[in-house]
Amino acid sequence: MRHGRYPFIVGFLAVPVAIYVTFVIGPYAQAFYLATTNWRGVSANPKFIGLENFERLLSDDIFWKAVRHHGVLLLAMPLLTIVLALFFAFMLNVGGGSRGGVMTGVWGSRFYRVVFFFPQVLAVVIVGVIFSRVYAPDDSGLLNGALGLFGLDPVLFMANPDIALWSIIGVLVWQAVGFYVVLFSAGMASVPKDIYEAATIDGAGRSAMFFRITLPLLWDTLQVAWVYLGIAAFDAFAIVQVLSVDQGGPDGATTVLGMEIYRNAFSYSQFGYASAMGVALFFLTITFAALTLRVSRRDTIEL
Amino acid sequence: MTTEIAPSAPAAPAGPGTPDPRRGRLGRRGQRAEVGLLSGLGHIALLVWAILVVAPLIWTILASFKSNTEIFLGNPFALPEVFNFSSYARAWSEANVGRYFLNSVLVVTLSTTGTMLFGSMAAYVLARYPFPGNRVIYYLFVSGLAFPVFLALVPLFLVVNNLGLLNTYTGLILVYIAYSLPFTVFFLAAFFKTLPQSVAEAAMIDGASHTRLFFRIMMPMARPGLVSIAIFNIIGQWNQYLLPVALMQGQGADQKWVLTQGIASISTSAGYEADWAALFAALTLSILPMIIVYAIFQRQIQSGLTSGAVK
Repeated sequence: MRHGRYPFIVGFLAVPVAIYVTFVIGPYAQAFYLATTNWRGVSANPKFIGLENFERLLSDDIFWKAVRHHGVLLLAMPLLTIVLALFFAFMLNVGGGSRGGVMTGVWGSRFYRVVFFFPQVLAVVIVGVIFSRVYAPDDSGLLNGALGLFGLDPVLFMANPDIALWSIIGVLVWQAVGFYVVLFSAGMASVPKDIYEAATIDGAGRSAMFFRITLPLLWDTLQVAWVYLGIAAFDAFAIVQVLSVDQGGPDGATTVLGMEIYRNAFSYSQFGYASAMGVALFFLTITFAALTLRVSRRDTIEL
Repeated sequence: MTTEIAPSAPAAPAGPGTPDPRRGRLGRRGQRAEVGLLSGLGHIALLVWAILVVAPLIWTILASFKSNTEIFLGNPFALPEVFNFSSYARAWSEANVGRYFLNSVLVVTLSTTGTMLFGSMAAYVLARYPFPGNRVIYYLFVSGLAFPVFLALVPLFLVVNNLGLLNTYTGLILVYIAYSLPFTVFFLAAFFKTLPQSVAEAAMIDGASHTRLFFRIMMPMARPGLVSIAIFNIIGQWNQYLLPVALMQGQGADQKWVLTQGIASISTSAGYEADWAALFAALTLSILPMIIVYAIFQRQIQSGLTSGAVK
């Protein structure tokens, strides 16, 4: 049994670890170092400048705009997505009422689940480009074309700085809801049938069932959903790059940190400064994850 | 580790032992009214959302057959006057959608194969062979889940550049594999742990080597887990945008672009050339395969993508 054990272990681990350390661990470690340099290009020599990049960050308007946008995304996107997905999942699993003591979904549940989930399979970029046409500012756009049929003036979804970010949130929610419907459905399906049965016998209506049974038993899944959506709210790079005016515009109204990191690195060749933004983003993400896990900790209901 | 999403079971026929389904007569009328209202509103909401999901996609497909005049002046919901396929010819050859598509197929095929091979090898050893440093390596892999890719973006670009792998498929594929490993190892290690020890022992007594045991016995036994994570990786890598955009740039790189990059670029140039029909055709060409694959494998895809979240 022990024969050839260590050669086997080394043989199996060598390649994956080498690839992983070269392309993932190495760059992550270097990022923290690069953030303290003024490196401006592939050829120039990096010079250590301490925390200067971070001082510059603190007085950078665009950086704070991006952080504020992450704040808005972080509140609005998970909330809208989870509320919609919970409602739909409840309708699809329990909404049909009790039949023979078994809670069933409304008519057509399977169809809805399949349709709702589909956008999740599409690349964010493809979705972004589709919506760049759906949101087109003239009658060639789906939404403005529809408004035009009612004689309404076109809405500048992406060009109006007041609604541009919300238009982007709309797309993100559009794409995400189906995933969480399926996720919550899986959670709801694992709630034992006899709990609903007992509640029906006690005369509980469906809103009571939702708030007293489904929601508490789904708490763990909700927490996972919140973390996932929160992490997604710190990304949003692809959608902003393809959908917004001037990649984060108008006038920075939709920019996010990923966009600014990309721009500073590959348009301005400010490698050091871009890395400092990366470090800031990392600490924001970690703080969010830690806070969420801490605040939402609650006794799990064992079934 | 239940990843299967059970459809709501059809109501079992009421057998002799089954209690009367109409029990709970107390307050039945009030409940009925509430049920009716909620059902009605719920149905409408579900229908509205289904339309919201489907409408942009159908509209995109319809617009790909229209002329520019129809796109701009016609009713957005109207069918095209004639089904015009010329936009597809332009999208496929002039806008290079065909090339981008094949590039994506090539890259994702190789990178997913590599991810599955290396990911399962590492996960297997880490899950079933205790040795000094095992936990360190495991947490090294899992820690990758906590870091945003943007943090690594600049140094990654430099590393790939220093290795001379910028603008090469080799570089892109290796990077895809590397960034897919944390989740793959995390997921599969948990899976390999659940496989019975007795089978492994029996195989070893029969004289199987460790390598043979892995490929011949453990891999087949882990098939459900491997399928889930393979689907997860295929879709994730197919839809990847940030990594190719950062690593496939500069002169001559546009011949090697993957589909997501290509579509983003076509979207930009469609604005200058005002050839919206070709853009819609390009979009349709990239949506349709996903619709077909999804229609066939929707159950596996749903469970594969959600498997990460369901513990």
